[in-house]
Amino acid sequence: MPVDIGERLRSLPGGSAVALKLDPREYADHYFAVLNATLRDVGNETDAHTIYVAVTSPAAFVWSLAQALDVPPDRISFVDAISHIMMNYSNPLANATYIDSPRALEEIMLRVEFLLRKFPHPRSIVVIDSVNSLAIHNPPELLNEFFHILLNNLKSRSVLTLVLETTEEEATGVEQMLNLVVDETIDVARAGR
Amino acid sequence: MESPREATPVPPAADARVLLSSPTVLERCATGIEGLDNIVGGGIPRGNMVLVAGSVGTGKTTLCLEFLVRGAERGERSLFVSVTESSQKLIQNLSTFEFFRTDLIDQGSLVFVDLPVVYDRLGLGHEELTAEEIDIVIRTIRDLVRSLGIRRLVLDSLTSVCYRIRRDEQIRDFMLRLGQELSAVGCTSLLVSEIGPTPGRYSLHGVEEAIVDGVLLLWNTRRLGDIVRVLQVVKMRGTSHSRAQYVIELTPIGILMAPHLKGGRETGGQ
Repeated sequence: MPVDIGERLRSLPGGSAVALKLDPREYADHYFAVLNATLRDVGNETDAHTIYVAVTSPAAFVWSLAQALDVPPDRISFVDAISHIMMNYSNPLANATYIDSPRALEEIMLRVEFLLRKFPHPRSIVVIDSVNSLAIHNPPELLNEFFHILLNNLKSRSVLTLVLETTEEEATGVEQMLNLVVDETIDVARAGR
Repeated sequence: MESPREATPVPPAADARVLLSSPTVLERCATGIEGLDNIVGGGIPRGNMVLVAGSVGTGKTTLCLEFLVRGAERGERSLFVSVTESSQKLIQNLSTFEFFRTDLIDQGSLVFVDLPVVYDRLGLGHEELTAEEIDIVIRTIRDLVRSLGIRRLVLDSLTSVCYRIRRDEQIRDFMLRLGQELSAVGCTSLLVSEIGPTPGRYSLHGVEEAIVDGVLLLWNTRRLGDIVRVLQVVKMRGTSHSRAQYVIELTPIGILMAPHLKGGRETGGQ
């Protein structure tokens, strides 16, 4: 029987790290299902604060989808690591912090840390969108180190971390690396929505 | 053949770091910068004189200001001795940080002194300081610290003071005496050292780092074209500490630190 993504995420203990696998052939559907499950099913229903690390699409795009899901602006903050290199920084969002490029991995960690401190919340979610985009800009050794440190840090602070991964598009070794650092993998194609 | 002896039980929590640490635990002066306090075992040993060395734009002054503000918040009266920038401008810059509170200045917990103004009042306006004049500077700082009950001091910058002290032995003497005076009253101090971007030195004359109790090194490094701001504790007497490199970020809520990622490769440094 297919698993409901929102229900599955809600049932996870604090500090869990989850890889969410999206099928590139049904990317739009899968992506929206993940957003819906994360921001509405988990975020809204558990009063959680979401920190969305935007590496694939600019924060403005994700924010427009979040608005369609009735996510209040004080429930989501963005670390935007893509707008600058896409020369798409003309209208910065009030609930976003922008960094120069997806290569500044420590800066991503520090901005997540900043937002966790700035908006202390009993339940926080960090979404990393996506491991594939990070792999385009960073060598695998650096990425391994980044995920190892970030996910362990978030785990120790009981933050639910969701890592988006598009299957069949991973750089060499990315899937194995993710398997080492996450507690669970949810295949969105097999999940009920 | 000797019969085997029973092994002496080892406490379960004993790890290498615990075993290597000194049995005497010195009182700490928590900087209030969480990441930094973590890597020096809870704070700078009280009364230590620490060099904060770095090139331009690496966050030296901000780190020092946060150290003082966090101290003033904890009830430790703090003094910023400015040589290069006016206090007014520093306070203006400081007001952009959320951790800063103007009432700390109003109630006298955070004190700013412009050293050039002090030089003028003492008639020390000329270029090179004599031995007697160096003595006057030390006594002036000492009297300020004692009369105001200062527990934390920043001198920004030591380099600017040392520009007016030409001989290495006089610099050595100046720093030794300043360190003794401050340490005697339990005042923990950070001395800013301006260095160039090229590695290898921590101070203008190369004398300063030998005298101080600790060296915090800040520098900018490049990775794939992007600039990363890095901090490393090179030396800290009286405590075991991490010697790893950390990336720092100057945020409105204060300095945040994260491990410097290397991906299994040496990325350079100092």
